Amino acid sequence: MSEGRQIGEVILDLKNISLRFGGVKALTDISFDVREHEVRAIIGPNGAGKSSMLNVINGVYRPQEGDIIFRGEHHRDMNTYAAAKAGIARTFQNIALFKGMTVLDNIMTGRNLKMKSNFLLDALYWGPAQREEIAHRRKVEEIIDFLEIQHIRKTPVGRLPYGLQKRVELGRALAAEPSILLLDEPMAGMNVEEKQDMCRFVLDVNDQLGTTIVLIEHDMGVVMDISDRVVVLDYGRKIADGTPDAVRSNQDVIDAYLGVAH
Amino acid sequence: MLYREAGQFKATYAEDSQIFPIRQDRIGIALILAVAFVGTPLLSVAGLLSDYTFTAILTPFLIFSLAALGLNILTGYAGQLSLGTAAFMAVGAFASYNFMLRIDGMPILVAFILGGICAAAVGIVFGLPSLRIRGFYLAAATLATQFFIVWCLTKVGWFTNYSSSGVITAQKIEMLGYTFDTAFSKYLFVLSVVTVMALLAKNMVRTNIGRSWMAIRDMDMAAEVIGFRPMQTKLMAFAVSSFYCGVAGALFAYAYLGTVEPEGFNLDLSFRILFMIIIGGVGSILGSFLGAAFIVLLPIGLNMFMHFLEGSVGINLPSGISSSIELMVFGGLIIFFLIVEPHGLARLWQIGKEKLRLWPFPH
Amino acid sequence: MQFFLEVLIGGLLSGVMYALVALGYVLIYKASGVFNFAQGAMVFFAALTTAGLVDSGLSLWLALPLTMVAMVVLGLLTEKIVLRPLVAQHEITLFMATIGLTFFVEGLAQAIWGANVRSLDLGIEDVPLEWLLENANMAVSQFDLIASGIAAVLVTLLAIFFSKTKIGRALRAVADDHQAALSIGIPLQHLWGIVWAVAGFVALVAGLLWGARNGVQFALTFVALKALPVLILGGFTSVPGAIVGGLIIGASEKLAEVYIGPHVGGGIEGWFPYVLALLFLLVRPEGLFGERIIRRI
Repeated sequence: MSEGRQIGEVILDLKNISLRFGGVKALTDISFDVREHEVRAIIGPNGAGKSSMLNVINGVYRPQEGDIIFRGEHHRDMNTYAAAKAGIARTFQNIALFKGMTVLDNIMTGRNLKMKSNFLLDALYWGPAQREEIAHRRKVEEIIDFLEIQHIRKTPVGRLPYGLQKRVELGRALAAEPSILLLDEPMAGMNVEEKQDMCRFVLDVNDQLGTTIVLIEHDMGVVMDISDRVVVLDYGRKIADGTPDAVRSNQDVIDAYLGVAH
Repeated sequence: MLYREAGQFKATYAEDSQIFPIRQDRIGIALILAVAFVGTPLLSVAGLLSDYTFTAILTPFLIFSLAALGLNILTGYAGQLSLGTAAFMAVGAFASYNFMLRIDGMPILVAFILGGICAAAVGIVFGLPSLRIRGFYLAAATLATQFFIVWCLTKVGWFTNYSSSGVITAQKIEMLGYTFDTAFSKYLFVLSVVTVMALLAKNMVRTNIGRSWMAIRDMDMAAEVIGFRPMQTKLMAFAVSSFYCGVAGALFAYAYLGTVEPEGFNLDLSFRILFMIIIGGVGSILGSFLGAAFIVLLPIGLNMFMHFLEGSVGINLPSGISSSIELMVFGGLIIFFLIVEPHGLARLWQIGKEKLRLWPFPH
Repeated sequence: MQFFLEVLIGGLLSGVMYALVALGYVLIYKASGVFNFAQGAMVFFAALTTAGLVDSGLSLWLALPLTMVAMVVLGLLTEKIVLRPLVAQHEITLFMATIGLTFFVEGLAQAIWGANVRSLDLGIEDVPLEWLLENANMAVSQFDLIASGIAAVLVTLLAIFFSKTKIGRALRAVADDHQAALSIGIPLQHLWGIVWAVAGFVALVAGLLWGARNGVQFALTFVALKALPVLILGGFTSVPGAIVGGLIIGASEKLAEVYIGPHVGGGIEGWFPYVLALLFLLVRPEGLFGERIIRRI
């Protein structure tokens, strides 16, 4: 845990979220909040509704009930564009990079909302358009340096190994300079070394840039190490919420993970 | 060795994001442009290139390249398959014709641009379904564009200035008092338009708009999540693509055929242009040119081969069989390319480049 | 009213024949996930081969089995040469490959039999049914009636084949999940061969009926294209969808031609089904019978 950062006010408040697909209840009456600058983990067994929760936060799914309050504003109907505009960025469980594009271009796409140039200027690649492109390139190169992926910047991402792709995806999310970053299993399928690298990047982002992080992760060691507060879901319901230590000793959580003798 | 980049250091991001970052590419492009703009005229004046070369090969090659480029923007970059390319060309051709006809003193280039804009508008309307459907559902839906537009141009007399046969005769291409009426001057005119538009396209695909298209193509959900708006992005692709096709259609009517009827822009032409991008390279500007060259030259080569068979070898082929064989060769090649090299000739060129970089050493 | 009914019935009857062509697409799509654009070319190939064989002196009853053999061979070769190397490719790639196949098959048919229009006589006369003409004063083509009868029988047989037989069950398993089907020991490529052969058979029947009705000519491929809007309406995976879609397209295009056509210069049959399908898509992208897909990321 880094000492320098100050956990602030509630930045994201989810109230009584319920989400159904037809007759299937994915999320039932879930409420929790996220404070500024903290690392907030969502854990739970497979199918608990963790990814659905992230999808609700950034507007991919619309919950049937509930309210999302982001920075004091109510978003009953959060949509992906509004979420991106408000500064919510994310990565995906199954890598969702643009496979035909280079690493550089992938990360550049993350800056699209900050670009003002229009397509006619782009077509001429002249004056403001060129200056803007290069200014953003500079910003992107900082991220590339930060993530230590300089050597692959012109490689199409489809050719990269899994671990590096995960890193590029983090880079694309960072390029938007988000105020809140949703990470969906950023360390899944990685070896120990890659996990350590990724942990370091996540903590650095949180520490140096002050970005609030909401994280889904299966590796309990990682979760307990890096998160400030943990919310536990099971079958679409919240069964626990609190500090890692509190959650670890919660009987419901132990039952959910280990099963209960009937 | 020939293609070595070593030693070409980029000190600024501006240098690194040049249109052709590798020196050999810059020299190559300059050479091609020099040959196209200066070399062929010299050869033509010297009498080494016949009018036939211009009217039957070079001019149609350039026009088809432009149309293929248009389709490539939509299909190759934005990932929206269309079978209605010829319809957008038709809109461009007939709109330009009417602007020239109905407005006195309309400069030809402005008429072409307006024609392209009309095509873009039609493209946006028929691109609307792409917001709801994808893949071959969309392809099937674009057939509506193809059949509806051609029908419309045939049935509404106003578009063809009530010509009884539906055939229009394109006006002369005149600029600043000079008339482009020889095969050679038309070629130069087309070459200039195509060069400028290809450069603009190259710029578009390497900046934000191009990235937005490719993002939607590769992973539309993720593109949405990082803030690209699918509607604007897709419709923009339809508009720009149709604009290119529209201008190509106008050139097709004005600089290539001279007289044209709506039926000239039929489904077959749409398919032909689709074949150009499949063979040339989906998602590559260079590929549009390579594919167009291939499809323009193939029938000519095939014909020569048939003549050779009849003349020297003495095989008597039934009449009309050459067009059937052409269909078979086209179809066979498409399948061949999709199986063997789905990225087309452009990818072969890239592989060749990588080989040349090391040549003559194996590693 | 009588006239309206007459047009409607005529439209529905041709709709049954559209459905027949559409069925060929559905079969292959269900079993292998390939949208076979070349189905229309196969219809053309079948009709032209039969007509060509008959014209060169064979009896129809000899020409039919021969064509059937040719269609099966064509289907099997397509599966082996074109689709097997492209397995697991993007669906758009497969689609474009079948466009190439379309050109190849059309070229092949014409290279063998020439590009002339041929007629095909199945021994059914295309005259109005007398009984209806006398009693209800409606002209309904006897040919269309018999043709749609044949089509209806075929559709029923295929529906039974799909739902009741062992092969049909295996096919549905394959359609659901290739990998899973393979893992429980379903002989995938063997099955695909069967499907392509059956699709060839369907194309043959459709080709015979359409060829006898409109003449065997290149324009047949455009008739076959009409199956696309049928599929958009009905959904690519649904046999009942193909039938209902066919009926809707057949009826609406005839009605539109008769009632709207004269006001706009006629000839709208050529595009009306496509525009109808397109408008329909805007309302219900998954088709009449298709399933709504929840997209996951």
